[in-house]
Amino acid sequence: MSSTNNYILGVYDDEDEVLHAVSEVKSKGIKIEEVYTPFPIHGLDTALGHARTRLPIAAFMFGCLGLVCAQALINYTMVFDWPMIIGGKDFFALPDWIPITFEGTVLFTAFGLVTTFCISNDLYPGKKPEILDIRITDDRFVMAINVDKNKKSAADIKKALKDSGAVEVNVK
Amino acid sequence: MAGHSHFSPANVEEHFEFSSEGKKRIIYGFIAGIVALIIGIYLLSKGESGGHEVAAAGHEAAKAGHEAANAGHEAAGHLSGGAASHQPAAEEHYDWTNRIWANVWLNAVFFTGISVIGMFFVSLQYLAKAGWSSVLKRVPEAFPKFLYITLPILLAVFFFKGDVIFHWMHHGVTEVGSENYDKIIAGKSGYLNKTFFIARLIGFGAIWLILWNMLRKKSLEEDLVGGTEIFTKLVRIGVAFIVIFGLSSSMFAWDWVMSIDTHWFSTMFGWYMFSSWHVTGLAIITLTVLLLKDKGYMSYVNENHLHDLGKFMFAFSIFWSYVWFSQFLLIYYANFPEETIYFLERWEGHNKIYKTSEILNILFNFFFPFLVLMTRDAKRTRIFLKIACFFIISGHYIDFYQMIMPGVLGPHGGYGLVEFGMLTAFSCAFIYVVSDELTKASLVAKNHPFLPEALHHDI
Repeated sequence: MSSTNNYILGVYDDEDEVLHAVSEVKSKGIKIEEVYTPFPIHGLDTALGHARTRLPIAAFMFGCLGLVCAQALINYTMVFDWPMIIGGKDFFALPDWIPITFEGTVLFTAFGLVTTFCISNDLYPGKKPEILDIRITDDRFVMAINVDKNKKSAADIKKALKDSGAVEVNVK
Repeated sequence: MAGHSHFSPANVEEHFEFSSEGKKRIIYGFIAGIVALIIGIYLLSKGESGGHEVAAAGHEAAKAGHEAANAGHEAAGHLSGGAASHQPAAEEHYDWTNRIWANVWLNAVFFTGISVIGMFFVSLQYLAKAGWSSVLKRVPEAFPKFLYITLPILLAVFFFKGDVIFHWMHHGVTEVGSENYDKIIAGKSGYLNKTFFIARLIGFGAIWLILWNMLRKKSLEEDLVGGTEIFTKLVRIGVAFIVIFGLSSSMFAWDWVMSIDTHWFSTMFGWYMFSSWHVTGLAIITLTVLLLKDKGYMSYVNENHLHDLGKFMFAFSIFWSYVWFSQFLLIYYANFPEETIYFLERWEGHNKIYKTSEILNILFNFFFPFLVLMTRDAKRTRIFLKIACFFIISGHYIDFYQMIMPGVLGPHGGYGLVEFGMLTAFSCAFIYVVSDELTKASLVAKNHPFLPEALHHDI
C-alpha cells in the first residue's frame, strides 16, 4: 500500500474543513478512498458515503450461536449424560439455566465480534501498521485518493485538493 | 449531519396549542371511561349479589373464560402450600366494591409513577449534564403536574378504604388477644402503621412537589434571562431530587404495593417497582414527543433524539426483565414456601385467573421490546417506536395489575369494564393535565446552555 506511489494525500488541519472538503471533492467526481483522522468526526461516514457496518448482524448471529451452545451444553450434561436432582427441581430446570444461557450468549457475542472486526479490518497480532502520514496520529486530517481508481488526472486531483483547503498535497 | 442543522436557538421557540377540539375529545374520552366504569360497577353489583360472578359485560371472550371458571366456586380459592394461612381476612369479608377501590389504587400508583418519572428524567439529565435531551426536556417536565391529582387520591383511598387494600390494616391484626391477631404483622407494625404511612406519603409527596415547582420555576425563568447561572441551580435541584427519589421510590414500593401481601417480602422490590415505573415513564415521554411531532410540533427533534429515547426504552426494558427475573430466580431457587407463595398465587392460584396476565407481562415487557427495538433502524423509525411504546405501556399496566390485584382481590379479580373504564378515565385525565401544562411554556427550553449542542445532535 505504502510503496505504490499511487496515492495523493490532501492534508488538512481542521476537522470542519476536512468535512466540507469531502463533499467538495466528491462533487467534482473524484472518488475518495478514505479519510484518516486522529479522532472520530461526526457525519464523516455519511459524507464519505460509506456503507453501514454489518457488525450488528454478526453480533446477533454470534449471540444466537452462544445461546444454542450454552443450552446444548447444559442439556447434555444435566439432562442426558448425568441427570442430577438439585434442590428438588426437574432435570430440565430452565429458570436455573437462564444465567448460564445469558453468559454464553454474551461470551460468544463478545469474542465473535472482536474476531470478526479484526478479520474484516485485516488486523492480527504483530501486524505492521500501514500509516500514510504519521501526523494523522497527532493533529492532521488526511484525505487519501487512489489515482488508479479515478478517471481524473493526478494534476486535476491535486488542484481539487488544494482548492478545497488542503494545507499540503503529497504523493505516496 | 453534524453542523448542518438549520435550527438554532433563535428560531426554535414554539408554543403548544391545546385546541378546544382536542380538549373536547379528551373530555369525551374521560366521560366514556366514566360511563364504562359505571356500567361495569352496575354489572359487578348484580353479578356478585346473585352469587355468580358474571364476566363484566361479557365483551372479552378470553377474559370471560376466566371469570366463568371463577363463578360459583368462591370458597375454592385455595392454593397449594401454606396458602391458606397467607390469605388475608378479606377472603371472608369480601365485598364487591373492593374491586373498585383496588382499581383506583392500581391506577393511582401507576400514574403517580409515570408523573414522577418525568421529574426523575429531567433531574437525571441535569445530574449527568446531558446535552441531547435539552430539546425535549419540557415534555417530561410537564408530567409531575399530575401528582396533584394522584397523590390526594392515594391519600384518600388509604384513609377511607385502606383496610380493603392492605392486609395489615385489617381490624385487630396487631392486637394481642384479638381473633384476627397476626404475630408476623404485629412484628411489622413499627413501620406499617397508619400514622407513619400517612407521614411518609405526605412528607415525600410534598418534597417531590416542592422540588418540581422549584425546578419548573427556575426552568421557565431561564427562558427569560438566559445565562448559565440558572443551569447550575437546576443541577443542584436535580441532585437533591435524585437523592430523595432514591429513598422515597423504594419506600413507596414497600408501602403502596409490597405491603399488600403483608407476610411476604422481597429485598428487590424497591428496584423492581422503580424499574417498572421508569420504563413506562420513558415510553410515555417518547410517545408524547412522537405525537407532538405528528401534530407538526418539535420538528427540531430528529431521528437522533428518537434513537436515544429508543435506546433508553430498550435498555430499561431489559433492566426491568433483569430485576423481575432476579427476584423470581432467587425465590424459585431457595424454594421457601412463605416466599414462593407470591409467584404460586399468580401462576396457578385462584383457578389460574392471573396466569394469562403473568405470561403477557413477560411477553410485553421483555420479548416484544427486546425484539422490536433491537436494530438501529427500528429505534429511528417512528412507527416501530410507537409499537414498542404501546407494548411497554400496556405491559407495565399489566405488571402493576399483577403486583396489586392478586393480593387485594384474590379470586375475585378479572379484566372487565371496571378496569377498562378506570384506566381510560385516568389516562384521559393525565393527557388533559399534561397537555394543559405543556401550553404554559415554550416547547423548547430556548435558553438552555446545551440547546445548540442538542440541535446538532448526531449519532
